[in-house]
Amino acid sequence: MSPESIPAIEARGLARRFGARWCLRGVSFSVSAGEVVGLTGSNGSGKTTLLRMLSTLLAPSAGSGRVLGHDIVSDADAVRQNIGFLAHTAGLYEDLTAAENLRFAASMYGIKDAGIPEVLKLVGLGTVGDSRVRGFSAGMQRRLALARLVLARPRVLLLDEPYANLDTAGIAMMNEVIRGARDRGGAALLVLHELAPAEGVLNRLETIVAGRIGSPAGVTAGLGEPVGAAT
Amino acid sequence: MSLYLAPSRRWTTFGIFAFLFLIASQAYGFTTLPDRDMGHLQKILYVHVPAAWMTFLSFLVVFIYSARYLISKRETDDLLAAAAAEVGATFNGLTLVLGMLWGRPAWGAWWVWDPRLTSTLILFLIFVGYLALRAFVDDPQRRAQWSAAVGIFGAINVPIVYMSVRWWRTLHQIQSSPSTMDPAYVVGLRLNAFAFLFVMIYFIRKRYELARIARATEFAADQVALGGA
Amino acid sequence: MSWADDRRRIRAIAWKDITTERRSKAGFNSVVAFAVTSLVLFGFALGPEARALREAAAGTLWIALLFAGVLAFNRSFHVELEGGALDPLLIYPGRRWTIFAGKLLANLAFVGTILAIVVLVSLTLYQVPVPKAWPSVLLVLVLGTVGLVTLGTFYAAMATRTRAREVLLPLLLFPMLVPVLLAAVSASKALLTGDVMHESGAWIRFLLGYDVVFLTATLLVFEKIIEA
Repeated sequence: MSPESIPAIEARGLARRFGARWCLRGVSFSVSAGEVVGLTGSNGSGKTTLLRMLSTLLAPSAGSGRVLGHDIVSDADAVRQNIGFLAHTAGLYEDLTAAENLRFAASMYGIKDAGIPEVLKLVGLGTVGDSRVRGFSAGMQRRLALARLVLARPRVLLLDEPYANLDTAGIAMMNEVIRGARDRGGAALLVLHELAPAEGVLNRLETIVAGRIGSPAGVTAGLGEPVGAAT
Repeated sequence: MSLYLAPSRRWTTFGIFAFLFLIASQAYGFTTLPDRDMGHLQKILYVHVPAAWMTFLSFLVVFIYSARYLISKRETDDLLAAAAAEVGATFNGLTLVLGMLWGRPAWGAWWVWDPRLTSTLILFLIFVGYLALRAFVDDPQRRAQWSAAVGIFGAINVPIVYMSVRWWRTLHQIQSSPSTMDPAYVVGLRLNAFAFLFVMIYFIRKRYELARIARATEFAADQVALGGA
Repeated sequence: MSWADDRRRIRAIAWKDITTERRSKAGFNSVVAFAVTSLVLFGFALGPEARALREAAAGTLWIALLFAGVLAFNRSFHVELEGGALDPLLIYPGRRWTIFAGKLLANLAFVGTILAIVVLVSLTLYQVPVPKAWPSVLLVLVLGTVGLVTLGTFYAAMATRTRAREVLLPLLLFPMLVPVLLAAVSASKALLTGDVMHESGAWIRFLLGYDVVFLTATLLVFEKIIEA
């Protein structure tokens, strides 16, 4: 299989339960390199859960997933090296400054000379680099989270409602970053509440219906045993 | 291995045998002579000592199956560890109560910080912590992983706790403990030890069965949710 | 991932924890205030007679440290949970034990600071004379703190993410720390009174063994519990 034909993201029957409740009941789809795919569904439909599974934060209860050919369970570290994840909450340290938050991220990624001042300018936070995040508005925090995303130049972007709290300029910035990843041969999966901001960027849309994407038939095939049960 | 575990006739027979054996062993205890010093009171040891031994054994089972779970990620291993912890906590409680019942007449007080009894109390708290953790975590996978860690650490700590409490108490005082026993009691003790062992095995098995049936029921409901409706 | 990567991650996390805690003035200072207040309350409960206070000094010092420690450990994970920062932390590539090691170092710094303050306050409030064997006492305190912080950090990683976080951490932690408490208090008391029975050496070796066992165990098992 040549590198171009490995799907950037591949989900097969991904399902997840919380206690007795099944949040996702079987999600199968794929995203090719160079594609930007939007993910929609009603509130509580499991969009965030799906994204968290693909970004290795949550183990699937059933099914499997791959990012750039790496399995999200058995090869999780390889997946992490190639993804950029944006959650609902910005996930920043409020008592550190914007620059320090980015410096921390750069250390954790092992990036030397991350060019933090430039990145801050890029997202419009150039003047507040040395201010603590605690004073930032929701929009500013989102931009900082975007800056952190940009640092590592990941190939695959997994973004949960990326446009929330962003003004027009912020939305344009976000789309630039998405386009950048796409043009580099990567891909992006966006969980979306409304489609308007993503208009110019989306290639197609997937919708979660009743916890599923893809036909039920393909899903039950792999569901003989709970994950982790020895056969 | 499917989650469901059917109650079997063999185990029911074993259970009946275990309880009959227990009754017989306890009855035997009544036939032995009263102790020179402590009189009939000493016979409480026919229950107290085996209960203590079963407590340790349960901890060992918790340790083994917690470790197995971390390696195998098989949910059944976690369920067995949890069953052993519940049964162990029960035997632990029994040990403590009986120890205090012996101690009141023997030492004149309900609690004198006897090294072994004190260590057993700490063990009980460790069991309780394990069970409390399980009660407060809903997600089965997370609950299993976390319980395994807490179970392993708790078990590792058992000998350490015993050592430290013993040093703490014996460096400055010597106390008679309920286990100084007349050799005439050894036969009765061994009998009861085995009886308790069989009963413990039966309890753990039954608790484990229950847990697996409960999980299997949940899983069957999931199959329906996932596959069809 | 190499050892240099691990070291870098550990250093980054420790730096981050220490910096965020130092800057949240309200946080760390109130934990220290709590510890000092506890010591004062113990003084009221056990004193004012000098003899009684001196006897109880080692014990109350460690109890105060345990309680303050629980607060500190809860805070060390609270900083991740509050802003949702645990997610990005888990997504950075690299070995998970480094997260534990980084937080462990930061907590050692915090609890070490609290310890120093608590010792000074105890010496004063309980009229404890500085013993000739004070280096040994220091060793006991350090080894005991390592044991406390190792298990405290580990259990906090779980307890803070449950519904009952305030009560679950002490419930899990305190029984596990009984050996540390016994060893540290017994050794300290012995050293303060001249160690007539030469028992402090044995307790110190015991503490060392305890620390080694649980440092190893926690480092090995941490990655299983942080991912769940």
